[in-house]
Amino acid sequence: MARLSDLNEASRVRLLNLECPGFETRPWVTGPPLHQRRVAIISTAGLHRRNDKPFTWGSKDYRVIPGDVSANELVMSHVSANFDRTGFQQDLNVIFPLDRLRELAVEKIIGSVADFHYSFMGATAPQDMEPACRTLAVLLKKDQADAILLVPV
Amino acid sequence: MGGLSHYLEEQGLATTQISLIREHTERIKPPRALWVPFELGRPLGVPNDPAFQKRVLREALSLLEVPSGPILKDFPEDAPGPADLTGWACPINLSEAKAETQGETDAATGLFKEIALLGPWYDMAVEKRGRSTVGVSGMDFQQGAQFLAAFLQDESTASPRADLSVGEALKLASEDLKAFFLEAATARPGKSSSGELADWFWGETLAGKLLLALKSVCLQSSDPSIKILGTLLLVPRNQEHRTP
Repeated sequence: MARLSDLNEASRVRLLNLECPGFETRPWVTGPPLHQRRVAIISTAGLHRRNDKPFTWGSKDYRVIPGDVSANELVMSHVSANFDRTGFQQDLNVIFPLDRLRELAVEKIIGSVADFHYSFMGATAPQDMEPACRTLAVLLKKDQADAILLVPV
Repeated sequence: MGGLSHYLEEQGLATTQISLIREHTERIKPPRALWVPFELGRPLGVPNDPAFQKRVLREALSLLEVPSGPILKDFPEDAPGPADLTGWACPINLSEAKAETQGETDAATGLFKEIALLGPWYDMAVEKRGRSTVGVSGMDFQQGAQFLAAFLQDESTASPRADLSVGEALKLASEDLKAFFLEAATARPGKSSSGELADWFWGETLAGKLLLALKSVCLQSSDPSIKILGTLLLVPRNQEHRTP
């Protein structure tokens, strides 16, 4: 129920008034059919491995999540208190669908799963993440990823 | 989320995304987005339902084969709700902790009593799931809980981690505390809604009361990294009506 009408008044007002960046351009990158694509996930859930530096208020950088990571290695340091974490506590795939992606690769719905995935912490303004996105684009291309799945929290 | 999509596409990478707030996606206009009518924190809809999650994922990925855009598509299904509508109840009665610590001024006493009562359920949850999300603070869980209670008594309590400010350490220790309680509370088979779990934690546990009290203390702080905990980061907006 992420319909704004389902949220309490304070949350609804805050989300409606949240500043969103405007974009003049309408980029549209194409690629091969889905069954040939190599897919990487980028989450904004503030996910990272246990020994990584946690995200804090204003974090503009990202953390690397290896494709062979086990669910128990991942923790979440998103700063917001205003979303449910009990789903994530019960099943990583409800926020970071790596197992589902692996299954789609086995079923040949997608070509393959990238070796590396990434997470930002979504409470930071997107404009502040742009420099890190440019760095990330280089890394994703090195990994030969040609389809990026962006997953909010 | 949509902003990142623009930035990556401008670097030559094709993107598709899940959208939780349709109004934001309408404004940002990323190339491809699937709006899902799920609650915040559950972009794939529901835990432990691989078939449902896969339908969401396939729908989002299928947008990569749409010939032109921007496209903002609505996912046609709501997330499955709890099958058992009789309501969820915590597997263990914590009133014993409340009764035993009635009149106790040290918040740590009641808190650690609750932690002890929930310990076996937490252990069972870890065994069942093969994982735990407790540990984000990098502190031993008990040490983190002790730090929260100590700060409530004495605001000059130092951060247990040299690389984290007091505010950052409080935030992460609070996340570990909530994760411990909520993982324990969901150990037993049976479905519970996120709302029921949140109401239980914030309304019925001494741990929730401790964090509500901490919010009040943080609000009075002159340290911005602590004050922001009180204004924004410690207690969900839909639980702020509660009193410690």
